[in-house]
Amino acid sequence: MLEIRDLTCGYDSKFLLKDINFRIDTGELVGIIGPNGSGKTTFLRAVTGVIKPIEGEVLLEGKNIWQVALKEIAKKIAVVLQNPPISHMTVEEFVLLGRIPHYQKFQFLETKRDLEIAKRSMSLTDILKLKDRFMSEISGGERQLACIARALTQEPKLLLLDEPTAHLDITHQVGILDLIKRLNKEFALTVIMVLHDLNLASEYCQHLVLINEGRIYKIGLPEEVLNYQVIEDVYKTIVVVEKNPISSRPYVLLVSEEERQNKGKR
Amino acid sequence: MEKKVIRWVFWILVLYGLFLGTIFFSLCAGSVGMSLKKILGVILEGKGTVEYSILFDIRLPRIILGFAIGGALSLAGVILQGMFRNPLVEPYTLGISGGAALGVCLNIILGLNRTLSVFSLPIFGFLGAGLVILLVYSLSIRRGILKIQGLLLTGVMISFIASSLIMLIMAISRAEDLHGIIFWIMGSLEEPNWLLIKLMVLVSVLGLLTSYLFCFDLNAFSLGEEEALHLGINIERTKRLLFILASLLTGCSVSIAGIIGFVGLVVPHFVRIFVGGDHRILLAASFLTGATFLILCDTLARTVILPLELPVGVITGILGGSLFVYALSKKQVLLGEK
Repeated sequence: MLEIRDLTCGYDSKFLLKDINFRIDTGELVGIIGPNGSGKTTFLRAVTGVIKPIEGEVLLEGKNIWQVALKEIAKKIAVVLQNPPISHMTVEEFVLLGRIPHYQKFQFLETKRDLEIAKRSMSLTDILKLKDRFMSEISGGERQLACIARALTQEPKLLLLDEPTAHLDITHQVGILDLIKRLNKEFALTVIMVLHDLNLASEYCQHLVLINEGRIYKIGLPEEVLNYQVIEDVYKTIVVVEKNPISSRPYVLLVSEEERQNKGKR
Repeated sequence: MEKKVIRWVFWILVLYGLFLGTIFFSLCAGSVGMSLKKILGVILEGKGTVEYSILFDIRLPRIILGFAIGGALSLAGVILQGMFRNPLVEPYTLGISGGAALGVCLNIILGLNRTLSVFSLPIFGFLGAGLVILLVYSLSIRRGILKIQGLLLTGVMISFIASSLIMLIMAISRAEDLHGIIFWIMGSLEEPNWLLIKLMVLVSVLGLLTSYLFCFDLNAFSLGEEEALHLGINIERTKRLLFILASLLTGCSVSIAGIIGFVGLVVPHFVRIFVGGDHRILLAASFLTGATFLILCDTLARTVILPLELPVGVITGILGGSLFVYALSKKQVLLGEK
């Protein structure tokens, strides 16, 4: 599906990502984790062609994305960014923007099919009841769902999400990740998502990619990546890794400085 | 879907009706008042009468120019506001008007308008506008990427520099030149030359048609540049072409009619409140509204204190500003009720 070979890229002359090698097959759900400023978002931007690689290449279904027309990429990759901008339009209008890459030349109005696809993605994300509300009137969680609905309306094969759970309460965090998991399972949608929350990443992703200082530190199953030595090394924080009693996936616990000192004294 | 198209057609019809109504009002009103009936009579009678020449040599050219310039400025406003995602941007923010005004000032103070033909004023205006466009454009482009925020700041700064230079010129110019400069800067739709009027109509209608090639791109831009890219829009090419289009529309308007403020800022806003943010309707609706608004303002400008004529910019400012504040306060009430 997507392959990245020896990728080095960055803004201006600063190299933010170095020697990235990565591949994801159809139907996989991969989480990208790493400290702030380690290059997670840059990684997504390199995949979508926002920044040009200095070295190496990004292959989408075997073709270098810099040689594929932008419209063709947009039909295959959809992106949900952090902090979606709020504009004065209804949820339905917003979701329909996802059809833009599919419009024919000189097509002026949405076809029946366009409307049906938009409706389907709104019902998948459970925001159909909000379709006539304005984007500025709905809550943060609903806005995030609308963004996902818009991405689905592009009918992508690969969905990229940049911290889909940021600033959301646990209901919405779990709701959105359950939805992504369902889309991944039922429609074989390939998903790459950047996550800050290590426990959510562990719970929902098949594979994890840990990025540190612009390099891939470790790729593997959650059990392999989330062990306390790796995390303490990358995040410079003392943690305890336990097993979630229900899913038996690793669970990262933090300890406050006071407790750490108390333990040292004892 | 159906509902949306019906709504769009409804708005276009309403705006078109207002447009036609304003044209008739503008034909009738003036120092020589004429009823519609009388106008028909005058037309049937044909050339030769005083009324005929008032209608076709004085009022009609102004109406046509008002249509072209009002439309062009509003269209440029919609395009720029859409592209910058900033509701405070207007065609003049980019320094285009400043450049044009500087060109015209230089022309007047050097006495070129007397030695050369009357054409030299718009030509100098256009040259000044063009130079500023090139300057702003080349200063904001870095490694093939047009920096939108840079464009805005550079434009504002160049505006300031141009207006300071104009003040300098005014400070050292003779009284009769000063009058010419001030008159030009205040803007007027009086244009005796039919060729220039036709040219302006051509530019503005072609501008409207061209802008429709970008209606989806502008819709995608409302999500931000990066999101637009993710929707498959070639953002660099689109930004460049839209900037050139908006600049051309503004440059031509300013060099022919001088600085008529507020149309390009207020009309797009006003229309957006009523028809929504979809550029498929917004472009055409703003064009029509801008044309109507400017014709109306010009008619008021030449009839309010007969026999004197006010600068049309004064009317667009007062009328546009107060209408806009009114609409904004109403809209907030509406939103509050929801």
